[in-house]
Amino acid sequence: MTNGLLGKKLGMTQVYDGEGRLIPVTVIEAGPCRVVQVKTPDRHGYEAVQLAFGEVRERKLTKAELGHLKTAQVPPSRWLREFRKLGDVQAGQVIKADLFQKGEWVDVIGTSKGKGFQGVVKRHHYKGGPETHGSMFHRAPGSIGSSSYPSRVWKNKTLPGHMGSERVTVQRLKVVETRPDENLLFVSGAVPGATNGLVVVRKSKKS
Amino acid sequence: MNRLERIRRSLTKKTVPPFEIGDTVRVHVKVVEGEKERIQIFEGAVISRKGGQNSETFTVRKVSYGVGVERIFPVHSPIVARIDVVRQGKVRRAKLYYLREKKGKMARVGERDFSPESKVQGGTAGRAKSSQAETAVASEAAVPAGKA
Repeated sequence: MTNGLLGKKLGMTQVYDGEGRLIPVTVIEAGPCRVVQVKTPDRHGYEAVQLAFGEVRERKLTKAELGHLKTAQVPPSRWLREFRKLGDVQAGQVIKADLFQKGEWVDVIGTSKGKGFQGVVKRHHYKGGPETHGSMFHRAPGSIGSSSYPSRVWKNKTLPGHMGSERVTVQRLKVVETRPDENLLFVSGAVPGATNGLVVVRKSKKS
Repeated sequence: MNRLERIRRSLTKKTVPPFEIGDTVRVHVKVVEGEKERIQIFEGAVISRKGGQNSETFTVRKVSYGVGVERIFPVHSPIVARIDVVRQGKVRRAKLYYLREKKGKMARVGERDFSPESKVQGGTAGRAKSSQAETAVASEAAVPAGKA
């Protein structure tokens, strides 16, 4: 088995817990993932399990990719990711959503929605200046450093630039409900990325 | 979105009594007091229904000791044990927020003939229900709604 699996974000909805409280949940179609390769310290220098997820037409993949999948007799898949190895795993094995039980804690990793080129107010939560009263300073970054010392801009100075479309991890989300026969996980709260985006669901590091 | 819609539909209650805007309803609410659980009844007019599938809510307004009280209930919440339609209202709006500014006789919803059969039929198909309601309102359109 592995410490997680791949899934697709289907969107958000809400469920009631046992006491009638409303919980916002994200529905994730988790798996089924096929084990493509089991990496060993002897051959690869480290231990890992490579999983494939997402059906795709054969012509969408290169011959190299198809050949790699063929060695484990895995159908053409869109995504490949590596996971920690826990216990016994064979290539070709299927990892399903029943990896997680109701009430467990998970971390979810996704690619956040792209925001394009953004200024400092949105990107770094600068306060900005007054809109009116003769103010001529609105959303500009302002001074970005001192003069004679250091005579340059410090590294990591927060400035405008591209925002979003980056890997984001949300730690410790509760699995509120599972439907193993439909490959569904209901995870409390929001999950990074757009609907239909790839997400990695793994056992929480802080459980 | 289709997949999510099917999941959302699976999270709804099996049977929800068909009720419409302007109807007077008795909502049986489960109340937990310490260890005990009992049923509390909230009776009033439905002034709005919002949302869809499993996140649908409805607002019930009543005037209690001269003070207007509104409660918003999720249709599919387990604390809403039962909804009884006491009488059907005759209204021409989907949201009856105008009742908040009215007093006395003006703050009432006109009555429509109670016909449980038609409602049960309408409950099976949402479209059929709304068209039925429209024709029912249209036939009685001579009297202005809410001012009867």
